[in-house]
Amino acid sequence: MASIGDIPVKVEGEPAAPAEYGNALPVLSQVRHALAQLTQGGEPTQIDLGAMPFGPGDEDRLMALLGQGEVTASVDALGRTRIQETAYSGVWVVEYLNTDDQRVALHLEIDTVPRLLRSQPEDLSDALAALNTLLAASLDQA
Amino acid sequence: MATATPQRPQGQSMPTPQPTLGESLRRNGVSRRGFLKLCAATASLMALPPSMAPAIAAALESARRPSVIWLSFQECTGCTESLTRSFSPTVENLILDTISLDYHHTLQAAAGDAAEHAREEAMHANAGQYLVVVDGSLPGPRANPGYSTIAGISNYDMLMETVADAAAVIAVGSCAAFGGLPKADPNPSGAVAVQDLVKDKPVINVSGCPPLPMVITGVLAQYLTFGKLPELDEYNRPLAFFGQSIHDRCYRRPFYDKGLFAETFDDEGAKKGWCLYRLGCKGPMTYNACATMKWNGGVSWPVEAGAPCLGCSEPDFWDAGGFYDALSVPPGNSGDMLLAAGAAGVAVGAGAGLLARSKTKSAAKQHQTVTAAELEQKL
Amino acid sequence: MTAMEFLMLTKGPLFQAALAVFALGLLARLVEIFALGRAHNYAAPRGNAALGGLRTMYKRFEPDPGTFKAAPFDVVVGMIWHVGFIVALLLFIPHVELIKSTFGIAWPALPNPVVDAVTAITLLGLLAALVHRLAHPVKRFLSTTEDYLIWSVTFLVMLTGWLAYHRMINPYPLALGLHILAAEIFLVVLPFTKLTHIFTAFVARYYNGAIYGRKGVQS
Repeated sequence: MASIGDIPVKVEGEPAAPAEYGNALPVLSQVRHALAQLTQGGEPTQIDLGAMPFGPGDEDRLMALLGQGEVTASVDALGRTRIQETAYSGVWVVEYLNTDDQRVALHLEIDTVPRLLRSQPEDLSDALAALNTLLAASLDQA
Repeated sequence: MATATPQRPQGQSMPTPQPTLGESLRRNGVSRRGFLKLCAATASLMALPPSMAPAIAAALESARRPSVIWLSFQECTGCTESLTRSFSPTVENLILDTISLDYHHTLQAAAGDAAEHAREEAMHANAGQYLVVVDGSLPGPRANPGYSTIAGISNYDMLMETVADAAAVIAVGSCAAFGGLPKADPNPSGAVAVQDLVKDKPVINVSGCPPLPMVITGVLAQYLTFGKLPELDEYNRPLAFFGQSIHDRCYRRPFYDKGLFAETFDDEGAKKGWCLYRLGCKGPMTYNACATMKWNGGVSWPVEAGAPCLGCSEPDFWDAGGFYDALSVPPGNSGDMLLAAGAAGVAVGAGAGLLARSKTKSAAKQHQTVTAAELEQKL
Repeated sequence: MTAMEFLMLTKGPLFQAALAVFALGLLARLVEIFALGRAHNYAAPRGNAALGGLRTMYKRFEPDPGTFKAAPFDVVVGMIWHVGFIVALLLFIPHVELIKSTFGIAWPALPNPVVDAVTAITLLGLLAALVHRLAHPVKRFLSTTEDYLIWSVTFLVMLTGWLAYHRMINPYPLALGLHILAAEIFLVVLPFTKLTHIFTAFVARYYNGAIYGRKGVQS
């Protein structure tokens, strides 16, 4: 299906500067609260930015406030997922894209490692079994 | 508030056990991370907090595809357009691929007898377990059934027959939910909403003209995931999407609270993105998810485009006064009536005042003096 | 009847009817008072009657020290809820819109959280006034059915408005409809009860002030 982004749009004249709607700061204070919770009890938090009443420019403002950290990761499963550490350690931006590279969800994760980056427990036993098979096969050959 | 729990489709009672969603995903090579991602996106889709993703994962793992029969009555196909034009194919397609859409006479290739046969077959094969989705209102039992028929069957007969063995009914769009445009004054076709006719089955209303595609799929996803119907408001709408007013979730709300309004569509306030209350925004009485989920894959929504909310997800919104009149403004012109009533009041008041004055005057005129001697004589 | 039909009924025909009764009743009462006229004073004036009248219209807003000493509760609570009522009525954004559409005049309004707080204080003030009226033996003896009636219509209009603002009645069109209905009852009752004081109080103050102003003394 054609994406809405494919529709050619021509803007005439100077685009106006985005207005300040002030909906980014409350989210930032929610992030601060979640980070305090993580440092005290170790409980992680996910915030769905899709559920925030953002006006034009609010998301960009929040991202600018959060800044960029050291880690950037990409997960390739059912389309790409972009993971970016912010300037604040423990605060991660997780953007879920579909196979057409369109965003399906945008979350903030306040955790030591985002959930999606961890190896999944069910996969660990599968991996162990696979390695055992490989080693057994290699030993047989030797 | 009502939560209905219809029978969940059980694998062993089905003629051929369908694979669970978890099984079919793994067969298609979807990894566990992919599944986790699907669950996170589904949580957003269902307007649930992301922390619900593990619960969604556990439920989706064993979910089975429900059979869906889609009935279109007096409608404009805008609701189907909204659903099929949704812009996040991964999630919504997975949901839609997972349901078994057994009858949809706008979308299916079959027509006439063959289509009706497919509907009857789906009803018999999944009796008591299938979902009925309705878009459009229908002429009520006392109206002329000729206003809307499909394959020679009146809408009323088709609905009642199809609903008889359904697990639940989902009324999609304001027409099916509340009567919508066909029911607007003077309602020539005697249109009624689904919930006016279906009393013995749970009815979920997904209102909007059209509803947000994410809300339609979100309700289906919720049924698919948890096997039960969501928590509903007093209009039987899912609280997850209709729990808060447009006004309370609007990014322009701070301007309302500060008293900064656009007075016309092209003044300074409109350009600065101020509140649209005075231009007739019905956000304060409208419950929907547009303010956060937005339209066209999250690109924008009417208020962001500078258009006041019309209140399309509320009952009788066509007849609820002018779209561009502020919410507190009464319909019609009260000025002339006020002048007439005021004039009558002035006349009545002047009459009463003058009457009292003339009474006083005539009393003064008739006033006679008597002397003590005259009084004594009388006694 | 659906909630929306109820709202449209209260916003439409009932509002027109209430407005008609209010305009007719109030103007009849005021014009009657003016048409009665005042007895002619043949004495030579020692001061300006109009000036004295206007001065007293304003002066009576200041609590009289004697009255304050005798009944501080009545003065303080009465002042608080009267001011609150007027603020909520005239400075709430949707009300300004309604007045603009009905009378064609408008003025700036207060931010909603301010009006909300003022309304809450007013509701508490009205409740305190009722409790005081019931608890005070003299006041209770003096109170008539009419007094309780006008307390009720005043309280109801504030309460339904506050509940609608906080969405504590659902669905919302029902909440809004109930508030509009309460306001209509208030409008209909106003010209035929003590509520007329909203307008006649100023007439009375002017007449009193004018009499003393003409005599060149303070009132």
